[in-house]
Amino acid sequence: MTPSKVRVKKKILSHKLVPKHELLSVEEAAKVLKEYNVKPYQLPHISVNDPVVRLLNGHPGNIIRITRKSPTAGESVVYRIVVAY
Amino acid sequence: MAKSLKSALTAASEILPPKIYEELVEKLESSDLNVKQKRAVVEEAVREYLSSQVHPGEAVGIVGAQSIGEPGTQMTLRTFHYAGMLEFDVTLGLPRLIEIVDARKKPSTPTMKIYLVDKIGKDLEKAREIARRIEYTTIEKVISEIQKDIVNYTITIVFDKEMMDDKGVTLDDVIPLLKKLKIGDIEITDDNPPTLTIYLNEDVDIRTLSRVEDKIKQTKIKGIKGITKVAIEAEKDRDGNLIEYIIVTEGSNLAEILDVKGVDYTRTHTNDITETAEVLGIEAARNLIIREMQDVLEKQGLDVDIRHLMLVADLMTWSGRVKAIGRTGIVGEKSSPLARAAFEETQKHLYKAAAMGEIEDFKGITESIVAGKVIKVGTGMIILTQEVR
Repeated sequence: MTPSKVRVKKKILSHKLVPKHELLSVEEAAKVLKEYNVKPYQLPHISVNDPVVRLLNGHPGNIIRITRKSPTAGESVVYRIVVAY
Repeated sequence: MAKSLKSALTAASEILPPKIYEELVEKLESSDLNVKQKRAVVEEAVREYLSSQVHPGEAVGIVGAQSIGEPGTQMTLRTFHYAGMLEFDVTLGLPRLIEIVDARKKPSTPTMKIYLVDKIGKDLEKAREIARRIEYTTIEKVISEIQKDIVNYTITIVFDKEMMDDKGVTLDDVIPLLKKLKIGDIEITDDNPPTLTIYLNEDVDIRTLSRVEDKIKQTKIKGIKGITKVAIEAEKDRDGNLIEYIIVTEGSNLAEILDVKGVDYTRTHTNDITETAEVLGIEAARNLIIREMQDVLEKQGLDVDIRHLMLVADLMTWSGRVKAIGRTGIVGEKSSPLARAAFEETQKHLYKAAAMGEIEDFKGITESIVAGKVIKVGTGMIILTQEVR
């Protein structure tokens, strides 16, 4: 389904620059949208062709939870919605 | 009493960011305050944290732009060159900052920092071996001369012994490659300097001969495409003790370098943001934007709060792709025609908006100012309505 030009490798997930990504279930996603009181398109986007999304097998419409290591807060959680381009 | 401290801490852990909370707990444990005082400290920490948060409606973008722009004016326009043993340039200073914010497809001086796995990171010989393996080497780089003989249809290649040793290339590496080209029989005609003569298969004119020469020169011996130069750098701690050797390159090819054996693929990185977005994803690109900008500012001795840089990086990666700030990127894509017209190329945007029948809904700041309306920032964000009963 996702157009794959290059093969993505699991090892990129352990790269220092790549934070933890998790694919949310529909229930979790609905909870997140309710908590932040936003519509899906108001979340930051992430492409289906993003290597990490491809490894997680994400599809457009899925919401991804990203746990960033932040130099100011220690850890911060953000959400991105998978979009099709 | 101890119980109330515990409950205060649990309450604090839900409000404070993990890093501040951990620091607080650590400081409390090492202090000799009594429980009551500790509780007061926790409460004060929470109060202070809440009061220092950004207020709703605060124009964080403007504050960020000012905070980066003001020290930016003090930055020298001159491109600084890498000091030390490295022979190649790295763009720094204002040109580099502009490059990052403009989201150029290729940085003007792409470079990589290749870290090696623990076992070989401290071994200079092994590091050198990997460096040789990844440097893109063509035959052209190891020869001193190439002669064409149009009477006898031969090409004579004189190799440069020093360069060959430096790059770790032997004649045995080169001959099979030349055979693969299928241009003729090869004979070693001299040993010092090593010389090869190729007898061409057929009689050719001078143009074909030149083409064959180019083909020979550009034949790849080894290496990774894009890596034009390599150098080894010793990373030392403050006391001058060696931590490890790292390979610094000119040119960048992240995807292939990460696959090289012996390379630590968790730390190796490039300064090419677009490439990072392709190989490691948009979040990695965001982290790299922050890191690169901080690096540039730090090297110039400027102290810009990282939160401003994070905001810029967040905005640039919001759409899932790395977008420039400015006319070609974020500002250029604003939905409000007046906001775009106020920025750059006023007539073009107005004519276009008129021709396309665009609608201005005065939701943003710029267009509200143009029209003399209250801007939706700070107290302007709040609208009072009366409930009709």
